[in-house]
Amino acid sequence: MAKYILKRLVLGIITIWAVITITFVLMHSVPGNPFATESRKIPENILENLKKKYGLDKPKSEQYIMYLENIARFDFGESMKSSSETVNQIIARRFPVSARLGVQAILIALIFGPALGAIAALYQNKGPDYIAMIISIIGVSVPSFVLGSFLIQFVAAKVDWIPIGGWGEFRHTLLPSFALALMPLAQFSRLMRSSMLEVLGQDYIKTAKSKGISRFAVIMKHAVRNAILPIVSILGTTVSDLVVGSFVIEKIFGIPGLGQYFTISVFNRDYTLIMGVTVFYAFILILAMLLVDIAYMLIDPRIRLTKEGH
Amino acid sequence: MSRKFLMLISILLVLAVLFTGCSSQTSTSEKKILRTNNSSEPGSLDPALAQGTHESWILENCFEGLMTFDENGNLVEGMAESYEISEDGLTYTFKLRDGIKWTNGDPVTAHDFEYSWKRALAPETAANYASILYYIKGAEDYNTQKATADDVMVKALDDKTLEVTLEAPTAYFLELTAFYTYFPVNKNVDESNPDWAKDPSTYVCNGPFKLIEWKHNDEIILEKNPDYYNASKIKLDGIDLDILEDQNTAWQKYQGGEYDLLVDVPTSVVDELKSKNDPQLEIGLQVGTYYYNVNPAVKPFNNAKVRKGLSMALDRQTIVDKVTMGGQIPATGVVPPGMKDENGDDFREVVGELVKYNPQEAKRLFDEGLAEEGMTVEDFNNQGFVLLYNTSESHKKIAQAAQEMWRTALGIEIGLENVEFQVKLDREQSGDYQISRAGWIGDFMDPMTFLDLWWSDSAFNDVKYNNPQYDALLKQAKSTNDQKVRMKAMKEAEKILMEDMPVIPVYFYTQPYTVKSYVTGIIKVPVRYPIITYADMTK
Repeated sequence: MAKYILKRLVLGIITIWAVITITFVLMHSVPGNPFATESRKIPENILENLKKKYGLDKPKSEQYIMYLENIARFDFGESMKSSSETVNQIIARRFPVSARLGVQAILIALIFGPALGAIAALYQNKGPDYIAMIISIIGVSVPSFVLGSFLIQFVAAKVDWIPIGGWGEFRHTLLPSFALALMPLAQFSRLMRSSMLEVLGQDYIKTAKSKGISRFAVIMKHAVRNAILPIVSILGTTVSDLVVGSFVIEKIFGIPGLGQYFTISVFNRDYTLIMGVTVFYAFILILAMLLVDIAYMLIDPRIRLTKEGH
Repeated sequence: MSRKFLMLISILLVLAVLFTGCSSQTSTSEKKILRTNNSSEPGSLDPALAQGTHESWILENCFEGLMTFDENGNLVEGMAESYEISEDGLTYTFKLRDGIKWTNGDPVTAHDFEYSWKRALAPETAANYASILYYIKGAEDYNTQKATADDVMVKALDDKTLEVTLEAPTAYFLELTAFYTYFPVNKNVDESNPDWAKDPSTYVCNGPFKLIEWKHNDEIILEKNPDYYNASKIKLDGIDLDILEDQNTAWQKYQGGEYDLLVDVPTSVVDELKSKNDPQLEIGLQVGTYYYNVNPAVKPFNNAKVRKGLSMALDRQTIVDKVTMGGQIPATGVVPPGMKDENGDDFREVVGELVKYNPQEAKRLFDEGLAEEGMTVEDFNNQGFVLLYNTSESHKKIAQAAQEMWRTALGIEIGLENVEFQVKLDREQSGDYQISRAGWIGDFMDPMTFLDLWWSDSAFNDVKYNNPQYDALLKQAKSTNDQKVRMKAMKEAEKILMEDMPVIPVYFYTQPYTVKSYVTGIIKVPVRYPIITYADMTK
């Protein structure tokens, strides 16, 4: 196990190096610079001062080495657009906000998604199945900016104790968590439904039933445990997507999270920030995948991470 | 038994403390706190590094320059008590007020001003807006590393006297000293802690309000500065600014009573409020012009008749009424209304309509111009010319309207292409465009803030307009403080510019904002965001 994790960590570091290199090449190959603003062009001589200040006047290879050195020290440098914070500070201050929303959304999705899918499978082609599928179609097909605006206009603006936007208390997190949760909830319920249908037709379920085990126990112990595996396998990417934040949801609800920086940093050509958030996301993704693989093994003893068992 | 009794008493005491806590909370809510939205996270709250309204709106409440705008929107002495201008209009001597203080208790001195201006000019500071200080003698050379700080002609003669020598007479220099790049910073504080502007606990300013809290991407809280020399004029106890990017959410919050004032109002809402004559809506003047660059390096756009034909084919009234719908004003030149000439008359009105809608004349001129370039309408259409704009719903709608108007009036096909604004800048720079969208917001209340753009050496001259006659007139206007001479030259210059039509003005910007009925004292100076410093609330 320890050997396996070590191997995965080494692979992770190589992946991150690849991510850094590709990001570096891509971001320097698009036109523009971090100092341009939409309203005003920057005169050439002032641009020179700015480039010098942030080391952009140096050759690209030198800048690349500099990035690698700094990232190795976990220092992503200063944001070129927002001189009031370093990239590390931006991530450290915004990530907890996004992560909290993401975790809440994941919990909502994990509680209701599989349950909905399981119910749909048990009542295949009956009322509950149709209701569950309507919910998941809505969840998959309604874009988050529509859902967010809808929730603000028809829930937040009508219900007094639900704030329209902003951040601070638990009640601020309700609508955005729900808006974030709907998509994975729908995905989970669809996955759960199909895998559950498959599992319910298996011989071991019939065996369990014929042994006289109660219907409830059969479903919980045998069917759900096996049917949930596909959900676990997509959980890694879903969790890492959700915890780093959503551009749209955070913008609509005015949430000081990290999600918007993935888009804004690119738009602003804020090189240090682009690098920071990209590497951070890669890190979270690699970590989540590793955890999922470990969780997989715990849920399904048939899966071995290493060949030791054989 | 007695133990239970004691416990009960202590619970009651705790509750009593809690409730008193609550009641003192109620009294704070009676304070006059103006709540509004700042719409974007400031990149920096250091006056030298600020770049736009999302920063300056806060800075203008925290700092004060030598001059400032008063509660009637007039330019008056701020930190300066008085000033003298030499005969030749080149040397300004400012006397500072007595008893002006920084929020940390230090006195504000002339040395602070000298230090701050040189700091903003220092190449290491790399201030985006340093060029607005280039009016000072030696400033540009220092900023571009051709001279040292000592060559910049701003000098504190003593604690109270600041002497500034300019490169050339600048009629609007006094107004510039109210601009945020000219704000002072505390010399001692900046020398001992260069990062002072990053944290409210070390933030030192000299204006009507002070910075209490800055929750990044969330909220900024300002509190009245009791030590401000003019504190009696400030009615608010504080200003709470949300940082909320989404216009629609902000509007919902305003409607729900969470804001007392909202500046960035969604276009659809402006249109609706305007049609209902809602008294909450104010359409403030702004000195800004929306225009199209025409690339003279591309045939047939090198021909002035072609450019003028394109301009005359635009029905600007329809564009502002049916497309932009924010109360904008159809452009009649490049200089927007609101600037006064030497007689106090509106510059725009005096110069008159230099740009008109006339589809018949447009067609005649356009065809004539094409013929001169040896082209037909068919040749033109075969070129696949496009109008380039940066991706945005509003630019797109205007571009579509222009495209249709050109099609109808001139029978030509011009495609539309939207790119990210950085890509647009890049293509403008390299001349890779035919027509491109542009806009300019003036920095000060003088026509020069616009006319200077098309001076042949200007860094902002995207179309590389070069007319010696135009340059000569601008030079004349820049050589004297005599408003009569200056205005005459600038009026002449604008006429020449619109005769050559290197750019096609579309409309003049406005700044719509909404204010609740109980808020008074919001003033709109065209070169500023609505000024909230002197606001009062009668709720």
